[in-house]
Amino acid sequence: MPRVLLIEDDPSVREGVELGLRRRGHEVRTAATGEAGLAALGEFRPDLLLLDLMLPGMNGVQVCRRVREDSQLPIIMLTARGDDFDVVVGLEAGADDYIVKPARTEVIEARIRAVLRRIEEPGGSRPAVEHHGALSVDRAGLTVAKNGERLALAPSELKLLLHLTAAPEQVFSRQQLLEHVWEHNYHGDARLVDACVRRLRAKIEDTPGDPRYIQTLRGFGYRFGPL
Amino acid sequence: MKTCVPGEEPGAEHEAGPSAHAPGPSARTPGPSAHAPAAGPGYGTAPENGAGETRPRQEDAPARSRRGRTRGRGPRPFGLRTRLVFAFLLVAAVGCGTTAALTYRAARSAILEQTQNTAVSAFRQQVEDLNISLPLDEGSLRDRLLHIARQGKPRPWRVYAEYGTLRVSSTDRPTSSVLTPELRARVHARETTPHTGFQRVVTNGTPYLTIAVPAVFLTQVGGEPQPTGLVLYAVMELREDEANIEALVTAARDGALPALAIALIPALIAARGVLRPVRELRHAAASMGRGRLDTRIHAKGSDELADLARTFNESAAELERSVTELRRAEARARRFASDVSHELRTPLAGMLAVTEVLDEDAGSLDSDTARAVRLISAETVKLAVLVEDLMEISRFDARAAELHTDEVDVADCVRKTLSGRHWTDPEQVHAVLGEGIRARLDPRRFDVVVANLVGNALRHGRAPVTVRVHADGGSTLVVQVSDRGPGIHPDVLPHVFERFYKADPARARSAGSGLGLAITEENVRLHGGTVEAGNHPAGGAVFTVRIPL
Repeated sequence: MPRVLLIEDDPSVREGVELGLRRRGHEVRTAATGEAGLAALGEFRPDLLLLDLMLPGMNGVQVCRRVREDSQLPIIMLTARGDDFDVVVGLEAGADDYIVKPARTEVIEARIRAVLRRIEEPGGSRPAVEHHGALSVDRAGLTVAKNGERLALAPSELKLLLHLTAAPEQVFSRQQLLEHVWEHNYHGDARLVDACVRRLRAKIEDTPGDPRYIQTLRGFGYRFGPL
Repeated sequence: MKTCVPGEEPGAEHEAGPSAHAPGPSARTPGPSAHAPAAGPGYGTAPENGAGETRPRQEDAPARSRRGRTRGRGPRPFGLRTRLVFAFLLVAAVGCGTTAALTYRAARSAILEQTQNTAVSAFRQQVEDLNISLPLDEGSLRDRLLHIARQGKPRPWRVYAEYGTLRVSSTDRPTSSVLTPELRARVHARETTPHTGFQRVVTNGTPYLTIAVPAVFLTQVGGEPQPTGLVLYAVMELREDEANIEALVTAARDGALPALAIALIPALIAARGVLRPVRELRHAAASMGRGRLDTRIHAKGSDELADLARTFNESAAELERSVTELRRAEARARRFASDVSHELRTPLAGMLAVTEVLDEDAGSLDSDTARAVRLISAETVKLAVLVEDLMEISRFDARAAELHTDEVDVADCVRKTLSGRHWTDPEQVHAVLGEGIRARLDPRRFDVVVANLVGNALRHGRAPVTVRVHADGGSTLVVQVSDRGPGIHPDVLPHVFERFYKADPARARSAGSGLGLAITEENVRLHGGTVEAGNHPAGGAVFTVRIPL
């Protein structure tokens, strides 16, 4: 069962979510502040971080950035406010997904599983390592390298890239990507896709403003290539 | 891809009244994606320029169009300007006319009188100097007359003499047709006191002055002069004097025309002085009518129009103040509703997370405790939905609801909505979907719209519920949800989209939050569309959503 670190300042939410997840067999560690959470990271070594955005002192977005500096730990944000801006900033900071409070434990757990799930292999006799331009994608080892240099991709970025490269030149609508990569329902928040594409482009494209690998088709969605 | 469309004015809020077929479920998607933005463009109703006098903005675009519209009305044939110009011209014309007439009369009589006096006294002098001896000798009399005729003053005259039946003149003809019987009578009537008579006569368009002087002789010094019976007449043409008078009339007329032309200038200035404030006032009033309560008029001077402008400004300021106050109060009320929902969310988040723990363990508790625990769990879930819906409504009220559009296949979208809620049994929900319609929609909001309508139909109507999707004329997306229930009572129809509207107050709370249809309507409006409720002639309620493609 995955180990979850929950950073949440409100005691009742902290306790409620901890209780709910523990009942479902997760190992949960909680922290009331961003600083305490960051301190617990090294020692607890969680599989996933549940991060409240509104924290006293160091806020969730700052924690998210700090974590992303040296780790590709899956991060799910908890947002209490329906605050658009916070969601967008959080996603830009590298979060993989977000959950709006209040949410049932069932929902939280489903989201945790979705983020942690390894992308399913399309099967067949694909070579272990594919080369697309300067990119080499290792589907078995789940690594991506550009010009031989390994790229640090967050889980959602990696899954998106694997999904797109599995069918180069095929156009996926954002709703389709939400369903397949994030396992959201069809009517999810397309900004998740847009934010993830931006982050991914910043890492793999030579000039993110003029993308070569991940191309936008206005009104339809995204596709990989053609190179 | 963020598109922000400020919501339209939310419908008037009504007290929850009697009715039932109204509020549906919020039909929330079971994920965090069922979540809408809160922050957004501010509450865009505050006037940008609250204080300070501003001229009615003639520079900005609405003002330009306003001017255009004014011009469109065209010059009015009987407008203030025309009336003022006519009045001024009339006054000027009457003034000129009267002056000219009076001047003409006075000048004319002065000229004629002078001529007349000179002529009469000159002629009398001539007659007095006439030294005649009786009996009259026609030849010498004629010589005399010719002599007098040469002395005409101030103009030449012709001289005639009458004595009994004797007629002598200085001309070829012995008498003149210009001499009237009245003049003759006037001289002869005064035989006892001989008197000079004169008369102005116009013959064949030529004016003449005729003078009659009886010749007398003085019997002795100091005695009464005795008439001799001889009367001398002088006839003088006055054509030259008439020409002088004509010249006067022409001068008066020539002077009046420029005067009238000059009168136009003050007329136009006066019209402008009145019309400009009136026009400003009209523009300002129209601007106020469009909601620009900060409109003020530049009031200068101390006339009645300036007073009117000042009164307008004061009223406008007063109106603006009270509207601002009302808006503030309204904003406070909305903010309060929003704050309350926010505050409720945090404790609910903790509670909702443990409802499953309660549900699972309820079986091992004693029956009363188990019932209590299950009740708390169930109500917590409903409360969470209600709070979520309240948040959504308060975002609409604060116009902070944002539209995140994406181009989607509408049939696909509706299919996903139905399957996502397990409405897959065609006996329950039957879908007739026009294929290949692509539209720019906010997928999450469109999902809420369809799900709320179908959920409402299932709850308050009767299965099978039919969902129809088609494009009307290629410009409008039409989504129709109909059921086979009893339909909606006509009294209830106008209220179905109201918040917390209950057709029957005694009726138990439904599973929904009471905000479902209100949220549906707001979501459709955010897309620039409309939603209508009605009844099908064959029975059952029909909800029709129209969204421009």
